[in-house]
Amino acid sequence: MSGLLLEIGTEEIPDWMIEPALEEFRSKFLTAFTEFGGTAVSMDATPRRLVLRAEGLAERSPDVEEVVSGPYLSAGPKAAEGFARKWNTTVEDLHKTQDAKGERYIFHQKVPGQSVRDALSAKLPAVIGGIAFPKTMSWPGSQGVRFIRPIRWIVALLDDEVLPFTFAGITASNISRGHRVLAATPFSVTIAAYEETLLRNSVVVRAEERRRRIREAIGKDVLPDGELITTLAYLTEFPSVVRGSFDATFLELPKEVLSTVMRHHQRYFSVVRGDGSLAPEFVAVSNTQGDPEGLIRRGHEKVLRARFNDARFFWASDQKRKLPERVEDLAKITFQAKLGSYLDKTQRLIQLAGKLARLAEADAAVVERAATLAKCDLTTDMVKEFTELQGVVGGLYADAQGEAPAVASAIYDQYKPSSMEDSIPRTREGQILAIADKLDTLQACFRIGMIPSGSKDPFALRRAAQGIVKILFDAKLTLRWNDLFEEGSSLADFLRERVHFYLREILGYAYDEVNAAMAAGITTLHDLAERVAAIHRSRSTKDFEPVAASFKRIQNILRQAQVDHASTVDARLLTQGPEQDLYRAGLVVREKVARSRAYGEKLEAMASLRPEVDSFFDKILVNDPDPAIRQNRLALLNSLLTEFSTIADFSEIVMQGSAGI
Amino acid sequence: MDCFQDTIFKLKRYWADQGAIIQEPYDLEVGAGTMSPETFLRVLGPKPYKVAYVQPSRRPADGRYGENPNRLYKHQQLQLILKPTPADVIERYLGSLAAIGIDLKQHDIKFEEDNWEAPTLGAWGVGWQVMLDGLEITQFTYFQQCGGMDLAVVPAEITYGLERIVAFLQNVDSVYDIEWAPGFSYGDVRFADELQFSVYNFEVADVNALWQEFDLHEREAARLLELFRKETNKKRFPILPAYDQVLKCSNLFNLLDARGAISVTERVGIIGRVRKLALGVAEAWVEQQQPTTTEVEVVA
Repeated sequence: MSGLLLEIGTEEIPDWMIEPALEEFRSKFLTAFTEFGGTAVSMDATPRRLVLRAEGLAERSPDVEEVVSGPYLSAGPKAAEGFARKWNTTVEDLHKTQDAKGERYIFHQKVPGQSVRDALSAKLPAVIGGIAFPKTMSWPGSQGVRFIRPIRWIVALLDDEVLPFTFAGITASNISRGHRVLAATPFSVTIAAYEETLLRNSVVVRAEERRRRIREAIGKDVLPDGELITTLAYLTEFPSVVRGSFDATFLELPKEVLSTVMRHHQRYFSVVRGDGSLAPEFVAVSNTQGDPEGLIRRGHEKVLRARFNDARFFWASDQKRKLPERVEDLAKITFQAKLGSYLDKTQRLIQLAGKLARLAEADAAVVERAATLAKCDLTTDMVKEFTELQGVVGGLYADAQGEAPAVASAIYDQYKPSSMEDSIPRTREGQILAIADKLDTLQACFRIGMIPSGSKDPFALRRAAQGIVKILFDAKLTLRWNDLFEEGSSLADFLRERVHFYLREILGYAYDEVNAAMAAGITTLHDLAERVAAIHRSRSTKDFEPVAASFKRIQNILRQAQVDHASTVDARLLTQGPEQDLYRAGLVVREKVARSRAYGEKLEAMASLRPEVDSFFDKILVNDPDPAIRQNRLALLNSLLTEFSTIADFSEIVMQGSAGI
Repeated sequence: MDCFQDTIFKLKRYWADQGAIIQEPYDLEVGAGTMSPETFLRVLGPKPYKVAYVQPSRRPADGRYGENPNRLYKHQQLQLILKPTPADVIERYLGSLAAIGIDLKQHDIKFEEDNWEAPTLGAWGVGWQVMLDGLEITQFTYFQQCGGMDLAVVPAEITYGLERIVAFLQNVDSVYDIEWAPGFSYGDVRFADELQFSVYNFEVADVNALWQEFDLHEREAARLLELFRKETNKKRFPILPAYDQVLKCSNLFNLLDARGAISVTERVGIIGRVRKLALGVAEAWVEQQQPTTTEVEVVA
């Protein structure tokens, strides 16, 4: 059994690409070397190296025998002799086989297994070259290999012997490199002492360990931010922490602005006080060893001071022209080349948001005012500098400029939810504005054929659609589905997919429960959510699945019989016993269903029909020879089905038991 | 403590010792060192080149009337092109920082992803912004395309933001407080420039005249490119003057933009017009640089 160490030394790889690249590397490696059955494959990385280590590789791959097809006997002895000569044997020793065209010679070629050393040396260049990155580059020139950043060294050791191969002009060796500044001289490594040797050269090879060091060093009073810790773990090989402070007068600026500058622009952690407010401090992570002179801290403090001064300057200068005065400027900002400017969008938004506000019984005046001003912050210096603060800045400015608090908060929240984890807008008016903004974008893009397909979704339309769905569900808005989307349009279908996704992946309902509820139609998403919940709860009761199965059977019978859906039941034609019982029970249940408010009760009432349904199918032949009676029975079943399919289409339920009936 | 010009001298000396040609700034208005023909044209084709120069770079929209301590209408870049890129290019770059007195063992240096694109030049590359204690001091780019063409030899472009680096070294908060030469601050040398050009660019520039100039230079560039197509003796053809016309157009576009004279719908179209000329010049240059049949025979 052999062990392998492979280190691809590169220039700094973008932090966010590293983990996916390691996954790629691992799977390409495993595919290429399955026959060596390596057990423990472990992956590590720093910005400057991708590391794969494997243990328990077999010494050789097994021998295999391959059948080589030769000439047909009909081709004559010369061809056969040539074939035999080629494989270093005689015609007498060749085997024969019969296929569609006749009898032919074959040769059993023994392919000896390959040593792991030969296989690795031969195939590793292609494995490394096969690692996919979102964006690659060439570095000798356009004819050369492509990788994420230039490869500068490769360590490839099999049981501490160098594997002889070359990739991208680099010959593999046992020489690695340490931290750029703290350990400038290259050094040799062994498999056993790899991590230790790197650590001596100021490289912590495991990301988890770098994360741990950062987490422990930043302290407990910083805003928790796992994502930032990971980013910094992949921006450093030897992380350490610097704590600095800034002038407390900057705390007059909104917290949103301060923490965005710190997090997004400087990758600093914000420090918070016990009461949740910001303290005039920050924590930066360096890729070096301590800061005994305080030089790094002073540097960071100076940069942050300049950034905060900019923000303060923008805040002051932006107030000189208030949001309403900026509406016309939106004509100068393109929304999308074919869809015109943000002024065009604003005009559409006012219309749409106003209409939705009236339908949802929200304050239409507030919504229309917020829609008018919603995009104005795009013309401010603050948003030009800190684009991720769009919306938030608009809301803060609206508030500072004396707009009604309801208007300001709707503007502030307009881009919410930014993800499925994010919260929805706080107020009804904010929710309407956020829906209208996303819906307008969707409608406009679908109109010009910009419809997402596969991974292509440049306008983030899926996220917009998912945002609408989340707001509709979480805010329990009474907006009707048909008011938002034209049923059967490609946009409605697109949204239905998002609804399905939300019910399944976020709320955790089963696939068929969601199908059953959605197939019964959508009035509002709030109503849909209640129906799915009721189906889910009722599902575990004993009568539910059998009744669902019966409904499925009814549906099949009606489909085959091509029933006239307009026909009504003639009570006089019903025979005594199970048929009349079912009819009467149906009437009772129908009333119970109409009376009960909760879908759970309704479903329970329907399930209570089970004895009558079972007995009907047990004793009654629907296909009576008398066409009038037959037609009447079909009408009975049809009325039951129609009545009880408004909550769920039971035929969508996948039976968990032994297929019911 | 080194003054502004000392730092420039040291960087030039360092790269001269590394074998680079030390050029002077290009004598036309440009928005970045990349636009100088020393970069834009020299990166095309297979010929090696190494050059460093300080390029005053005009960005009319960034002007702040001399009031903002960090933003300038015109800033100074030290632009370096290494073609082909040596394998130890980053070590050499770090050496240049040591040469201007930055002890990297006492500071934090990070290479953070930052890809660069210039649509008007049909150029893009991948690389980093180099962060020193949280301050972006350099843009490092591996050019991948220029003038719409894949680069046969990939150069490294290293652009030092001189004001930022020197403000850092001198520990001042405002670029205007940088000591340029003993007894002279950056403000003494450049403040009037910042103030007056801000006034001109934002308030006074005659939009009609700028448009006329734009059209004039565009026509001249297009005329030259058309002539080149028909020219039989391409070696002596004035492609470089045609590129000057493109640079003029680019600067006029920036001026008009700062003046708020370009609407959304026009914007894309005008970028496209400049780009078309830049691509035309790049292609013509590559064609002109190709050895003629007779030269190939001589070499053989």
